[in-house]
Amino acid sequence: MLLHEIAHCRAGDKGDISTLSLFPHDDADYELLRREITADRVRAHLAERVRGEVLRYELPLLCALQFVCHQALDGGVTTSLALDTHGKTLSSRLLALVV
Amino acid sequence: MNAATTRIGSGAGFAGDRIEPAVALAEHAGLDDLVLECLAERTIALGQRRRLADPDLGYDPRLRARFERLLPVAARRGVRVLTNMGAANPLAAGEVTRALLREHRLPGRVAVVTGDDVLAELDLAAPAWEDGIALGEHGEVVSANAYLGADALLPALATGAPVVLTGRVADPSLFLAPLAHRLGWDLADPEQAAAGTLVGHLLECAGQVTGGYFADPGVKDVPGLADLGFPYADVAGDGAAVLGKLDGTGGAVNRATVREQLLYEVTDPTGYRTPDVVLDFRSVHATETGPDQVRIAGARGRTRPGELKVSVGYRAGHRAEAEITYAGPNAARRARLAADVVTERLGGTGLRVRAEVLGRLGDTPSAEAECRLRVAALAPDADQADLVCHEVESLYTNGPAGGGGVRTTVQDVIGIVSTSLPRELVHPQVTLLEADDAAA
Repeated sequence: MLLHEIAHCRAGDKGDISTLSLFPHDDADYELLRREITADRVRAHLAERVRGEVLRYELPLLCALQFVCHQALDGGVTTSLALDTHGKTLSSRLLALVV
Repeated sequence: MNAATTRIGSGAGFAGDRIEPAVALAEHAGLDDLVLECLAERTIALGQRRRLADPDLGYDPRLRARFERLLPVAARRGVRVLTNMGAANPLAAGEVTRALLREHRLPGRVAVVTGDDVLAELDLAAPAWEDGIALGEHGEVVSANAYLGADALLPALATGAPVVLTGRVADPSLFLAPLAHRLGWDLADPEQAAAGTLVGHLLECAGQVTGGYFADPGVKDVPGLADLGFPYADVAGDGAAVLGKLDGTGGAVNRATVREQLLYEVTDPTGYRTPDVVLDFRSVHATETGPDQVRIAGARGRTRPGELKVSVGYRAGHRAEAEITYAGPNAARRARLAADVVTERLGGTGLRVRAEVLGRLGDTPSAEAECRLRVAALAPDADQADLVCHEVESLYTNGPAGGGGVRTTVQDVIGIVSTSLPRELVHPQVTLLEADDAAA
């Protein structure tokens, strides 16, 4: 199934970094996300756009995973040549990952 | 001033935000404070260029339109308004606001916070955080603004002015300052600074916590999105806060909308740095306590950083963007051929060129298949940027079959890099402008 079926995501930007916040619709799926959605998988899934390292933070009280993706915005919002300079669409692209 | 709880609202989350939800909040929400956050990274640098062209400009171009609607309501309801719409020229913004108060015969004063402009203090040889290259080597530096903290706003609040205007202030600090002022908090206490910063972080993007930037039909539905209401928070002296929105407005406040905003743009949830505190999100919890009502608590804080972040704007050249559409059978292959042709024709220029085919429908043999070639480049001057656009336009008669709908734009680009300055080098000031003395 697609990650989209069990989780939702929001993208944020800071310089050339994209933050992707991932949450299960149902708290019971948090362990599944924690097990399956590793930093390496996110990096591989978004490899066309994310050029740097991906760090993952776990926030169990919020049932959240925070992915901090470096070199993700073509140099940064202000000088990027991408159409989506902020990387807003990366959140939905992440949800296309097959779990 | 000490209160058991205080209600603070968010009336704008970015420079282009809607004004109607802010007016509704001021009119009906029983607010103590309404904060409008209108400065993105580049906004000050763009304002600085307007100021160079005209010393009376450089503040938010929508300031007058926003305040025309908002200030009469805020004055009638006794709501204090705080905003960073001063941008690159807070004093000029203050004068415009004073004139507006007089026009509307509204009582009051405008407190203007300055001192974020640190261009004179900047060491151009210092490395940028992002790439380690000296600040001055990126291009002609046009602006340098320190992110002021809540401490810079407290003297403005102490004047009792109902309108407070600033330039660059860290977004959550715009909220922490009035909370600390109303609740009698000590900014040197990391726990109190953390609690207020958390509330500010959740509110600073306005509609993004009430269901904006959230809806996904059939999966995450948001009722009444067209009439999206903006948020407010009831904050208690112990730092716990309940987020809500006006009854009758569209949108939603629930654990999902709040969680998404909680971690928005947070690059380190274990230590989110602001001028006021280093905030740890790991102990934060969010609980639904009623319809469109979420309680937030548990922020932990560590002592604020010794240095202030500085955002530096520089001239980065001109960006050309040009597009052309191909449709029907084989559309994607024709678009990719066009991309190759343009790339080859621009090969000698040495420009950074990006050519991409948008839309993935062109490979299917449908009359409705459609995709669009987009070419973008960053050029040192406008002439070279025009050349890029020209090469896309000329695809009409010098490219693959059936290309249509060329649109081209050239914009000059302000780049942003970051550095920091010791606090001792940054000197915030408050100027109080009396609206009433015009009546005399």
